[in-house]
Amino acid sequence: MSDQSLADAPDLTVPVPPGPVPSAPVRERRPEVELSVDGQLVSVPEGSTLLDACRQCEIDTPTLCYVETLTPVNVCRVCVVELEGSRTLVPACSRKAEPGMEIRTDTERVRLSRRMVLEFLASSTDVTQSPELCGYMESYGADPERYGERDAQAESKTQPVKVDNELYVRDYAKCVLCYKCVEACGEDAQNTFAIAVAGRGFDAHIATEFDVSLPESACVYCGNCIGVCPTGALVFKAEHDLRERGEWDASRQESTDTICPYCGVGCTLSVQTQDNQIVKVTSPLDQEVTSGNLCIKGRFGWQFTTGPSETSDDVAADGE
Amino acid sequence: MDLHFTADEPTASEVEAVDAVLGAADSRWFGGQRVDRSEAQTSESGHRTAGRRHLLLPVLHAIHGRVGWISRGALNYACKRLDVPPAEAYGVATFYDMFSLEQAPPVVARVCDDIACQAKGAGDLCAGIEKVMGPAGGGQVSRCGWVRSPCLGQCERAPAVLVTASGERPWASVIAPATAQTVEAACSEDSQTDSPQVRDSVPQAGQASLQLLRRVGSPDAQSLADYRSDGGLRAWELALEQGPEWVIEQVERSNLVGRGGAAFPTGRKWRAVAQASGPKYVVCNADESEPGTFKDRVLMEGDPFAVVEAIMIAAFATGSQRAYVYVRGEYPDATERMRYAIAELESAGLLERACPIEIRRGAGAYICGEETALFNSIEGFRGEPRNKPPYPTDSGLFGRPTLVNNVETLANILRILQQGGAAFAAVGTERSSGPKLFCLSGHVAMPGVYEVPFGATVRELIELAGGVSGTGRLQAVLVGGAAGAFLGPDELDAPFTFEGMRAVGATVGSAVVMPFDDSVDLGAVLLRIAEFFRDESCGQCVPCRVGTVRQEELLERLRSGQPIGTLDHEHRLLREVSQVMRDASICGLGHTAASAVDSALERFPIFQEATR
Repeated sequence: MSDQSLADAPDLTVPVPPGPVPSAPVRERRPEVELSVDGQLVSVPEGSTLLDACRQCEIDTPTLCYVETLTPVNVCRVCVVELEGSRTLVPACSRKAEPGMEIRTDTERVRLSRRMVLEFLASSTDVTQSPELCGYMESYGADPERYGERDAQAESKTQPVKVDNELYVRDYAKCVLCYKCVEACGEDAQNTFAIAVAGRGFDAHIATEFDVSLPESACVYCGNCIGVCPTGALVFKAEHDLRERGEWDASRQESTDTICPYCGVGCTLSVQTQDNQIVKVTSPLDQEVTSGNLCIKGRFGWQFTTGPSETSDDVAADGE
Repeated sequence: MDLHFTADEPTASEVEAVDAVLGAADSRWFGGQRVDRSEAQTSESGHRTAGRRHLLLPVLHAIHGRVGWISRGALNYACKRLDVPPAEAYGVATFYDMFSLEQAPPVVARVCDDIACQAKGAGDLCAGIEKVMGPAGGGQVSRCGWVRSPCLGQCERAPAVLVTASGERPWASVIAPATAQTVEAACSEDSQTDSPQVRDSVPQAGQASLQLLRRVGSPDAQSLADYRSDGGLRAWELALEQGPEWVIEQVERSNLVGRGGAAFPTGRKWRAVAQASGPKYVVCNADESEPGTFKDRVLMEGDPFAVVEAIMIAAFATGSQRAYVYVRGEYPDATERMRYAIAELESAGLLERACPIEIRRGAGAYICGEETALFNSIEGFRGEPRNKPPYPTDSGLFGRPTLVNNVETLANILRILQQGGAAFAAVGTERSSGPKLFCLSGHVAMPGVYEVPFGATVRELIELAGGVSGTGRLQAVLVGGAAGAFLGPDELDAPFTFEGMRAVGATVGSAVVMPFDDSVDLGAVLLRIAEFFRDESCGQCVPCRVGTVRQEELLERLRSGQPIGTLDHEHRLLREVSQVMRDASICGLGHTAASAVDSALERFPIFQEATR
């Protein structure tokens, strides 16, 4: 260091004059966009979707492939609404609200499309473990029986349940191809990219490369795909086993929120128990820390609560 | 990216094929020489490779061309080199019909059994091929196999077959019209069989009135010097002289609308992209796959320099950085000629004031003709259409403003600049300006591409092609393509213009005119169309993924006289399936997957009886 720079150095005996106290910048309110939904004028912040506007009007809009924590893919088309001036219906979940739009959510056209989408799904997949979808089917009067019994189930839909590890199973007979698991495994959450959509058309299905088993794939068993699956195609092995034995009983279950004991992040866990045994662990979607995502430990690492057993050793080995 | 791979290794020829596209591997990670100094500090990933995902499709083509299928080891190697997750690459590879993920014969004959070829004996051809080559798809791996294929875009010389062969020098031959014997002979060759002459596809060849087809079939179509001496590049020089603003004004004044099917005003696209800032692209959509359509193929084979010249003008006028030509995988000759034309213009230094132009080959997916699916395909993703808005002029290829035009649309640009936009607009009708190419196939005496100013009626077009052949008694005409509509014999006086077709509930589409004589089983044609859409749906959205399947099943039930419940019930269900596809699908494929079927059921008394 030269003499010159020493001379320029601040004299530590002189107190630094007080400056402005730093504060977070004030968040400017987003400008509002006004549109009409079923004749009712509604104002939503710029960048909101039509779904946001519908929800603000308390209009029940069915969704399957949409979830707040993932980028909308608008593939299920069950949320379609009529937009004045548009030749086709538009997906509410991804279409951005624009000033002056006129939306109709309860026209004959909208109801027909929603009903048909639900019928299409129920006629080609097993939707029995999706209470949400079954509820929509009832309110839209969907009747999947009218396509007949012999009608096609996609190839992927007839494959047996994939049980290739001790943590979770994949039953693609229940898959409605909503792309949520792919998004959660990929850029929207985990960045692992173990699964993707393969094949084309009715034979499109979720797969690892060359359909290799999960232990051979890039899967890290975070279970974030299970967290977003709307139809029970991806479930905990514990839940699958209980259901197989006919012992799964939602009425005997409780959910308790707690904080994950493993690391210092502090993820909220919702621990679901039946007969004092943990059967499933999730995290609330609106939880700031997790947005519903967990890691292998938080999601699956709770065997210690019931003492050492053969299963817990297997899990530890798999988790390595 | 932290990727995980299975233990499968590539073979030497697979590595060679990938390296031929990407260059030799420069680190031990990929099987290259270990370089201690660099490998301690760098890895081939991050931005350097993330920017190369768009090479996935060319790499898959290279592997497939070399060994005839894509093995686990080969996919692993491609993914390592490009830093693409193997699950995603598998998803991409399984998206395309022309890729096999199981060991397959090195020589495969793709036999078109689509509607135009059906009308010209594709059924007998398939039976004949089965006799000499065994069943389609073939279980065991032999040297040659064959598969049924959707429309190959060779409808004017139906029935058509495309033979593809892998190896050190992969080749592809078009056999049309084909017989079982000529197909078998082509399969046993070691190299490409001579393709049919493109001149034969243009019955009007040599006529003075032709504009777009003027040079098609002229012997010098492959020479840049001859192209220049024949008035080529004049439009390009005019564009350079007058500047981008003038070019766009002429295109606007011409009232030219897109010839790919959507009929969007071309000038508006050009203007929007020209006004956008930052990197932008031009894409020439040459993924012509609509059944019954072959006009773009004829333009690319017959006058490739003109198409490239138009791309140069588009790039210059919009200020684009790079242009892509996406040619369907089933067009080996068009690809080769376009590649040659680009190379010639480049080595003459003529691309400098335009931009670099690259050819990308499709791999057998009709949906990739949808512009946003095409972008995804170029970018190395599955060819699934994107939701619109945003439109390509705002966010297209690589998320940048993109001008995407069909081949025929671009070909018109040269005329517009040479004649002036106003003169161009004066040709045709008020709302449908300019000359137009029509694809006549099926039961016409002289099938081929015809050029007529907009305004001719369907009847005049059929007469131009020598009238109805076969039995000579017309039953129905399919206009616009498989996504178009059927017209009855009493509707032939409708002008084949945008407004004229709309008036009879049809569309111009890709300007297909396919008459069927009264010997044709129209029910079978409808079923084949339904099968086509079922096969070609990308599977992304529910209305189209399941709707196209249910539509086909319904038609099959009606055809076999085994309805569920009453006929009325089945017809109502069919209408509802059609409506949800039209209303709620993501893209044009779903929107139009039922239109031909609907139009036929409206007009003809088919499927009205419970038993046949």
